[in-house]
Amino acid sequence: MEVTSITNGIIIDHVDAGTALTVLHYLKVDPATTKLALIMNATSHALGDKDIIKLEDVEDLNLDALGFIAPRATVNIVRGGKIVEKAKPELPQHLVGIISCKNPRCVTTSEAGLEQRFHLANAERREYRCDYCDEEAER
Amino acid sequence: MSIRQKPTKNPADGGRRSSLVGSSVVTLDSIPISEIQSLLDKAQYIDSHRKKVANTCNGRVLATLFYEPSTRTRLSFETAMLRLGGKVIGFAGAQLSSATKGETIHDTVKVVSQYADLIAMRHPKEGAALVAAHSSDVPVINAGDGGHMHPTQTLADLSTIQARFGRVTDLTVGLCGDLTFGRTVHSLITTLCRFGNVRFVLISPDELKTPQYVLDCIDRSPTCSYVEAKDLSAVIGDLDVLYMTRVQQERFFNEDDYLRLRDTYILDEGKMKLAKPTMAVLHPLPRVNEIAKEVDDDARAAYFEQVRRGMLMRMALESSVLGDKLPGYEENKEVLA
Repeated sequence: MEVTSITNGIIIDHVDAGTALTVLHYLKVDPATTKLALIMNATSHALGDKDIIKLEDVEDLNLDALGFIAPRATVNIVRGGKIVEKAKPELPQHLVGIISCKNPRCVTTSEAGLEQRFHLANAERREYRCDYCDEEAER
Repeated sequence: MSIRQKPTKNPADGGRRSSLVGSSVVTLDSIPISEIQSLLDKAQYIDSHRKKVANTCNGRVLATLFYEPSTRTRLSFETAMLRLGGKVIGFAGAQLSSATKGETIHDTVKVVSQYADLIAMRHPKEGAALVAAHSSDVPVINAGDGGHMHPTQTLADLSTIQARFGRVTDLTVGLCGDLTFGRTVHSLITTLCRFGNVRFVLISPDELKTPQYVLDCIDRSPTCSYVEAKDLSAVIGDLDVLYMTRVQQERFFNEDDYLRLRDTYILDEGKMKLAKPTMAVLHPLPRVNEIAKEVDDDARAAYFEQVRRGMLMRMALESSVLGDKLPGYEENKEVLA
């Protein structure tokens, strides 16, 4: 299987197998309007299987969102067909405007104009909790 | 992050100030133990110097914004301010507020904070108190935000234990009933863990066991421990404190589950005979049937005293966040009248 390399953009490697579409959702990348390639369930020495996302002409990436949904991913910045920078997302201390609280009793479900905010409650378990109601975030 | 205080305007002047001055109280977790101990000391001082403190908050206005029904808590907050010499405004029920017109918590609190020196708010939504604290120009005290936090109830609990035993540590504390949804139980456990040296006995049916994050909190404390039990009679003899809770209908989506679990534990004279003569029975009230009325006359029943101490703690808290010094009381040192 061959996928043409990108010239300018971002390659997200070592995404957990089968989760590439979810990652795109959290990164707010619209597959209908973005030039991209997805390689899913590729063989990986480190992960067994992995997904790879290649985004052409995308320069900004929300590393907080990526750290939340794909903490083992690696990010390669490509310019002129070459990888010029690598980045590794970390578990962010705070998530703002990335996920929504699922607790129907949470104030965020009724208070207009309130931003969704979560904090890292347990790094080992990758557990995030709503700033307002302390409900655990769902991925 | 979930627990925090927001420094607001500083209305006090002169004298030594505690770190609570000008702060909102959303939860107890960000208040240092030394401050909580100071509040306990102040409540004790207030109780024995009622006349002396009667003008502490002269000219102050407390706004009580209660978006859902409450008897004890609202009256307790209001009585506390009246007994300190202040005045009270507010509403009791969302139907009496602009919430019926769709006004946000932010806007309501922002407006009221232009009128009052202090706000006590109860709201059915979890996290509402934090929204209010961020919106307000004056300190906000959380009077209960849904099933989330109710810090002044925990202060009342601590004060009652302190009054009965002279300490809140080196005790075996049993908590009985709804340990899953009971916010007062979670808050009391996590706060006692910060004091340390408490053995918890967690008595509940399987369906209403203590959440893992609360058990984790006990595990993290180097001096606290817990055991889980199902039979109240089997463990009541070990307890210094028995904290009874109501199985709350409003926390259940399924009425069948509520009816099945409601009558699981009922404290009566028979069980009290198995308990230590010094054991204290606490309950956040209101009760349904989990404590038989006959227990009210037992000297070990501390739940009505708990209500009185709740008011004293609210007096201590209200004066502290306003920065109004209690006449004759010095921080860290009680001056005898």
